[in-house]
Amino acid sequence: MYRYDRYDQAIVDARVEEFRDQVQRRLAGDLTEDQFKPLRLKNGLYLQLHAYMLRVAIPYGTLDSRQMRMLGHIARTYDRGYGHFTTRQNIQYNWIKLADAPDILADLATVEMHAIQTSGNCIRNISSDQYAGAAADEVDDPRPWAELLRQWSSFHPEFSYLPRKFKIAVIASDQDRAAMRLHDIGIQIVRNAEGRLGARVFVGGGMGRTPMVAPEIRDFVGAEDLLSYVEACLRVYNRHGRRDNIYKARIKILVHELGADEYRRQVEEEFRHVKTLGIDPPAAELERIAAFFAPPPFQAGLADTVDRSDPDFAVWLDQNVAAHRMPGYAIATISLKPVGGIPGDASADQIDLMADLAERYSFDELRVTHAQNIVLPHVRKADLYPLWQALREAGLAEANLDLISDIIACPGLDYCSLANARSIPIAQKIATRFADPARQRALGELKLKISGCINACGHHHAGHIGILGVDRKGTENYQLLLGGSGAEDASLGRITGPGFDEDGIVDAVERVTDRYLSLRADGERFLDTYRRVGFDPFKEAIYG
Amino acid sequence: MNLLTGNDLATGDVLWWDGSGWSRHVEDAADVGDHGEAIAAAEEGARRVNAPYLVAAVATPDGPRPAHIKDRIRALGPTVRPDLTIKPADPAAGSWVI
Repeated sequence: MYRYDRYDQAIVDARVEEFRDQVQRRLAGDLTEDQFKPLRLKNGLYLQLHAYMLRVAIPYGTLDSRQMRMLGHIARTYDRGYGHFTTRQNIQYNWIKLADAPDILADLATVEMHAIQTSGNCIRNISSDQYAGAAADEVDDPRPWAELLRQWSSFHPEFSYLPRKFKIAVIASDQDRAAMRLHDIGIQIVRNAEGRLGARVFVGGGMGRTPMVAPEIRDFVGAEDLLSYVEACLRVYNRHGRRDNIYKARIKILVHELGADEYRRQVEEEFRHVKTLGIDPPAAELERIAAFFAPPPFQAGLADTVDRSDPDFAVWLDQNVAAHRMPGYAIATISLKPVGGIPGDASADQIDLMADLAERYSFDELRVTHAQNIVLPHVRKADLYPLWQALREAGLAEANLDLISDIIACPGLDYCSLANARSIPIAQKIATRFADPARQRALGELKLKISGCINACGHHHAGHIGILGVDRKGTENYQLLLGGSGAEDASLGRITGPGFDEDGIVDAVERVTDRYLSLRADGERFLDTYRRVGFDPFKEAIYG
Repeated sequence: MNLLTGNDLATGDVLWWDGSGWSRHVEDAADVGDHGEAIAAAEEGARRVNAPYLVAAVATPDGPRPAHIKDRIRALGPTVRPDLTIKPADPAAGSWVI
């Protein structure tokens, strides 16, 4: 875990006091809402349907038990007893009082957390692979790179007023668990043929109203040049990105309109200039950052087997536990998707429990996933059974990772002022329709993602099955998409046709899964079958 | 009819103009007719409400009901958390919202 130095802490503490003063001036009437709104947004404080909402940054989704307990404390003390983990690996609180916001930020600062750059047209929280440092297939730990980018992007004077918000993801495996190519910049840490560490750089991906999979702009940039190269990517965008039309302001539009080749040419030209500025840190600084992410003291010689005699545990083991790079250890995902529950929500007590379990079983580490679950990255296989027992007691042992009930859903019209339709009730109804665990497992990997508006916070474009809620003359209506993927085989879903009402969309999903079962070949996931047989058989199943 | 709604500056709570002040309950909301913008400007200036805006509504025997689903959900609270709505003790409180 990265730890703040005295400069980091001083900056965050000063920011809290600055915002405290701004809040006091707003409450006293010295600032109008028009004056105050950009200030509160710079501190992650939105005004949503029912109340103020605070979005707290969790850099690259990594936190320790002390920080997790603080998130529980905030839920219990200042909110209504729960928080909502988001697709940006952050947490949101839905019922914040303006007068409490400075105290919340002060509490967060005591555990090296904040809400800075969780809103606005700046570089947002850097996201990453939730299995970082534990995955067997990574070439390097992506978190030091994400941390380097976090430090570079925090308060970056040139990139504080970009044409539009900007999202970066960093992974270090061929398997993409962070939807990397659906980011403004996606970085894959790789080793080249000579074994040198560097990165593939993808630019211009994103979801929203104009979804795009990012093209590769550089197939290899040396680690020692990465910051300069990313700076060059941003500079070209900052110079030419459109500020006259919010719907065309993201970098994906610029890359698309220029063409990847011309964008690349401009970046390379800018890169040559940026390299003269000396912004890349010396090797010693990279090593200093990397040292914070040194592997925990794994034990050698641990048994690599697990007692599977409890059948319910065995199901969870097969579904929610992934291979670890160290023998005798495993990666455990805690599902925040109980059937009928609200995807991504966790109560203060559950948050505390997950912190306790991380401390006891996972070297004090937790990760938030972009799929709105929690990961304990380093669990001894011998501890998996007591871990599962504790999770089951707290209602956190749903064995549904990557199954149809492991649904990504944005807050939708139940909370969000931008939404056109509710997302959560659709997720609840689908999860309930497919509640039978055996039925879910029979369907296999099936990533279903729901957004309540075109902004696509619920990643519907990247769902094997995606659902987009729209407003049709004041009534909620749901469009169905098929064939999207946020993984290494990234693709965008295709809209099937006319939309459905709340119950109709659940029936339509079931017709799709029934058709899939009738068509699939051995070993195929839903997405494989869809790609093999194409769109038409599914459209026919949906509409007749 | 037209209703005036906004959020409490300090708490963020949803508020409805009742003719002389602000209520948490949409049932208390008054038809502001053509005076909504003037009331909004005065109330926002006095820091009694934040981000006020006008919504169309229909009169019913149970009180005014906003025409748009977004404002009906604002009036009630999240449909997925009955315990967090404006009337958590009344399970039928939101029957008119969707």
